[in-house]
Amino acid sequence: MYAFEYHRPSSSKEALDLAAKKSEGKFLAGGQSLVQAMKLRLSSPSDLIDLGSVSELKNLKVEGNTVLVGAMVRHAEVAASPAVQKAIPALAALAGMIGDRQVRHMGTIGGSLANSDPAADYPAAVLGLGATISTHKRKIEADKFFKGLYETALEPGELITQVSFPAPKRAAYMKFKNPASRFALVGVFVADFGGNVRVAVTGAGACAFRQPDMEKALAAKFAPESVANIKVKSDGLNNDLHASPEYRAHLITVMAKRAVEAALK
Amino acid sequence: MNAPLIGARIQRKEDYRFLTGAGQYTDDISLPNQAHAAFVRSPHAHAVIKKINVEKAKKAPGVLAVYTGADLAAAKVGGLPCGWLITDVNGQPMKEPPHPCLAQGKVRYVGDHVAVVVAATAEQARDAAEQVEVDYEVLLAVVDAAKARAKGASALHDIAPDNTCYVWALGDKAKVDEAFAKAAHVTRLDFVNNRLVPNAIEPRAAIGVYSRADEGYTLYVANQNPHVERLLMTAFVLGLPEHKVRVVAPDVGGGFGSKIYLYAEDVVVTWAARQLNRPVRWTAERSESFLSDAHGRDHVTTAELALDNNGKFLAMRVKTTANLGAYLSTFASCIPTILYATLLAGQYTTPAIYCEVTAVFTNTAPVDAYRGAGRPEATYVVERLVETAARELKIDPADLRRRNFIRNFPYQTPVALQYDTGNYEATLDAALQLGDVENFSSRKEESRKRGKLRGIGYAAYIEACGIAPSAVAGSLGARAGLFEAGEIRVHPTGSVTVFTGSHSHGQGHETSFAQVVADRLGIPIENVDIVHGDTSKVLFGMGTYGSRSIAVGGTAIVKALDKIIAKGKKIAAHLLEASESDIEYDRGEFKVAGTDRKKMFGEIAFAAYVPHNYPHDKLEPGLNENAFYDPSNFTFPAGSYVCEVEVDRDTGQVTIERFTAVDDFGKIINPMIVEGQVHGGLAQGIGQALTEGCHYDESGQLVTGSLMDYCLPRAGDVPSFKIDTRETPCTHNPLGVKGCGEAGAIGAPAAVMNAITDALGVKDLPMPATPQTVWRSLQQKAA
Ligand SMILES: Cc1cc2nc3c(=O)[nH]c(=O)nc-3n(C[C@H](O)[C@H](O)[C@H](O)COP(=O)(O)OP(=O)(O)OC[C@H]3O[C@@H](n4cnc5c(N)ncnc54)[C@H](O)[C@@H]3O)c2cc1C
Repeated sequence: MYAFEYHRPSSSKEALDLAAKKSEGKFLAGGQSLVQAMKLRLSSPSDLIDLGSVSELKNLKVEGNTVLVGAMVRHAEVAASPAVQKAIPALAALAGMIGDRQVRHMGTIGGSLANSDPAADYPAAVLGLGATISTHKRKIEADKFFKGLYETALEPGELITQVSFPAPKRAAYMKFKNPASRFALVGVFVADFGGNVRVAVTGAGACAFRQPDMEKALAAKFAPESVANIKVKSDGLNNDLHASPEYRAHLITVMAKRAVEAALK
Repeated sequence: MNAPLIGARIQRKEDYRFLTGAGQYTDDISLPNQAHAAFVRSPHAHAVIKKINVEKAKKAPGVLAVYTGADLAAAKVGGLPCGWLITDVNGQPMKEPPHPCLAQGKVRYVGDHVAVVVAATAEQARDAAEQVEVDYEVLLAVVDAAKARAKGASALHDIAPDNTCYVWALGDKAKVDEAFAKAAHVTRLDFVNNRLVPNAIEPRAAIGVYSRADEGYTLYVANQNPHVERLLMTAFVLGLPEHKVRVVAPDVGGGFGSKIYLYAEDVVVTWAARQLNRPVRWTAERSESFLSDAHGRDHVTTAELALDNNGKFLAMRVKTTANLGAYLSTFASCIPTILYATLLAGQYTTPAIYCEVTAVFTNTAPVDAYRGAGRPEATYVVERLVETAARELKIDPADLRRRNFIRNFPYQTPVALQYDTGNYEATLDAALQLGDVENFSSRKEESRKRGKLRGIGYAAYIEACGIAPSAVAGSLGARAGLFEAGEIRVHPTGSVTVFTGSHSHGQGHETSFAQVVADRLGIPIENVDIVHGDTSKVLFGMGTYGSRSIAVGGTAIVKALDKIIAKGKKIAAHLLEASESDIEYDRGEFKVAGTDRKKMFGEIAFAAYVPHNYPHDKLEPGLNENAFYDPSNFTFPAGSYVCEVEVDRDTGQVTIERFTAVDDFGKIINPMIVEGQVHGGLAQGIGQALTEGCHYDESGQLVTGSLMDYCLPRAGDVPSFKIDTRETPCTHNPLGVKGCGEAGAIGAPAAVMNAITDALGVKDLPMPATPQTVWRSLQQKAA
């Protein structure tokens, strides 16, 4: 790890002021991606602006039909929240599938989305539920947030403050884990808003993406058979030791089918 | 008076220390004025070093020194030696290319040592290491064992232009060919035994210390055999007298073989400590461990089994190419030969066996012993062949094994070993029963109803442990003896310190060895402590590997105990005014036979150290004895494993539904420790079969360089094991013990792969059987 300056602001404003001054600085949330990269000397921020004391980023609540998750809410809190479990059980379940117990008690939704790891779980829920990502200066629709490999719509120094998820009629997330890392080799989030169905895939491409053919088929009939025979094109899907594009394409169909089955249960 | 301790489930004495964080590992040791080393490692698999510029690095903050291969050469620091000489089929010695501690002109694998930076802090050393500028001319790399000898393959070493270390063979080829010619059936398999990365939880670590006061060196190192480390380093590399070098292997967090060897880092920190007159320390990061710890396995094999009409094995023919990596690691040469081909008889009466092994150099990390070392590879050959033959001949696989079991002991195999004892039918019967094999078909039907495939597989393994009779090992090329040493120091009040040359890095010696001593002496176990891992305390030792600790190290201790008791009897005879031949020793008491006159063990100890009333004319005072024990044969643990898997057809995911292991380890000292060893071994064997596969790309970059890509098995990947033991005591050591450390890793891969191939209805499948691999196999079958 290279040397850096550490800051612990107590408000978003203070954090943003620091970020404006330290152009090579980075926000630190749970540190579960950033600190790893720093230890491997792959990342060398001049300053770390720790968001751990910014209490306004830590709210988790359900308002009517919307689940509001503050940027600094840990995965474990979302997983264990009775309100989230009631409003969008698939979201709580997804949070409970991220990494291991230690990671879930440190990692945050803001950090996960800002990082946009191609194999991360939250992006599937954000895209699958059509969530809105609020930053200190604007609201970004899920469909416009994920741009590519580790690339998002965020501008330098832009702070995610909250994510709002509309509750669907029913939804489920199916994750096929990478045997080694246990991130998503392929994860599929299916959400039925009553006629309007969204299907989002993570792990398979450079970033999370939607699967329109499946959405259409499921909108017509929300049943496993509707997707069971949809063959996904493997072009452009990720290729690594653990899965070829063809295998990933196959898994998208299998996981989508299982997600629909689970959503119907 | 005291209940017998041999065979008791005593809680491990060392666990309190480990579980409360009070263990002292090498990295926990902090010395005044210590400096930190960082190694500059090759980013290329194969390259000529045209120039190294260390000027910038030398000027970086905190830097004390930067050394390269040229500095070591100037100081006449030698290369790393290989401890086993293999003689090839033409009677020529194997090719032993130089193995420099820091590269001399060329690098041969990613992670190869190019230079070392020593600085005041670890971060400064790492920062400066990035400032060392190396000008490389990149050469073509060869990583695949099967391609190492191909025409035009890039040569690693001048002395081995065809990348061949040796071609070696064992067995009677003519007899084997003849048997194949008249066989009713031949089963043939071609497969790869996958390369594994050991991944002990504690990474390698070393601290070199030099003292001007006595011109002595101390090396603290995460190592499995400190005396061997010292011998190799002093005699072969640094040219130092052994009495000036102390090697301490303190608490060590797992080795699995990877900490047997003398590594470049150990030598460099020791040498640098002297140059700088400061302790120099280094601890591997996990990424460095992946790159530079000796890896395991990596065989490409063609194996054939010839059978007659009744399913009797007539002969076996095996051809293996073994990947040794870029250099010869300490025991690399004997693993795919002496510890492999000699085990190909397995549990069977196969009368003729021939095995040819071609060992090659490639641009990959050196390969050496890894839990099981040669024996898992042999078991995989034998047990995959046997199971496949049974399927081809439509004979029940358990029955085919029974038809061929060795039943008369001692048994001389056609591949050099003589098994002293065993009862293979007993472990097989027990495994079939414990695994409820009878009801497998109803479980299979139940799986089918849920849309899943289910399969069952067996493996009946044997291993040669208790390494080794030195004379035998010597005749096979070993450059060291393989005995063990022990010392019993009885203190004046009767408590005992035991010094053993064996080393514990997870095996629980401090408990099981103490059980042996306390049991034999009939004293409370609390009165016995075991000391190991320090050349300045322990008289000598060959260390721990090959499941040898209790069989060889334990026996050395028993021999020393016999001497203690013999001397105690003399003292007791004097004190009790009886004849020595009338003194009996029983559970802590020296008694005059047939009377109630006796002396307690503590009283005798006291008399030995406060010798007021003592037979000074016949006996020295004190109660302290040494013994060296060289075994007369190997020990032969064996067992039967049954694995049941379920396969998800849609994803290719395999789950192990049942795993039954029945082992014969001879006498068991502590069943709880044995169970732990079996569990760990099984997890590692299952890891090899299902999850672990070290992968280099064609250019020699390590693709599986972290735990994000290299998949170690986790608790959830293994079932709750059903295990049991059967016992045929070893005939040639006083404890009747055989060893248990590697069994699980030896037997499990074949059992798992036999089960998966059964579920899929295919002849073979490469390890590791990852979901993608299984899915591809299902796709091929459907096509
Ligand atoms: C062993 C392990 C296993 C894991 N397994 C999984 C898994 O299965 N699935 C999965 O999805 N993830 C997994 N993760 C990643 C984990 O979920 C991380 O927590 C997450 O990716 C990053 O969140 P963080 O809070 O730790 O962010 P950090 O690491 O602190 O930050 C990540 C990046 O986001 C930026 N950032 C943080 N907060 C904000 C903000 N509010 N606004 C703008 N930028 C911000 C930081 O500057 C940094 O660039 C795993 C991690 C580990 C260590």
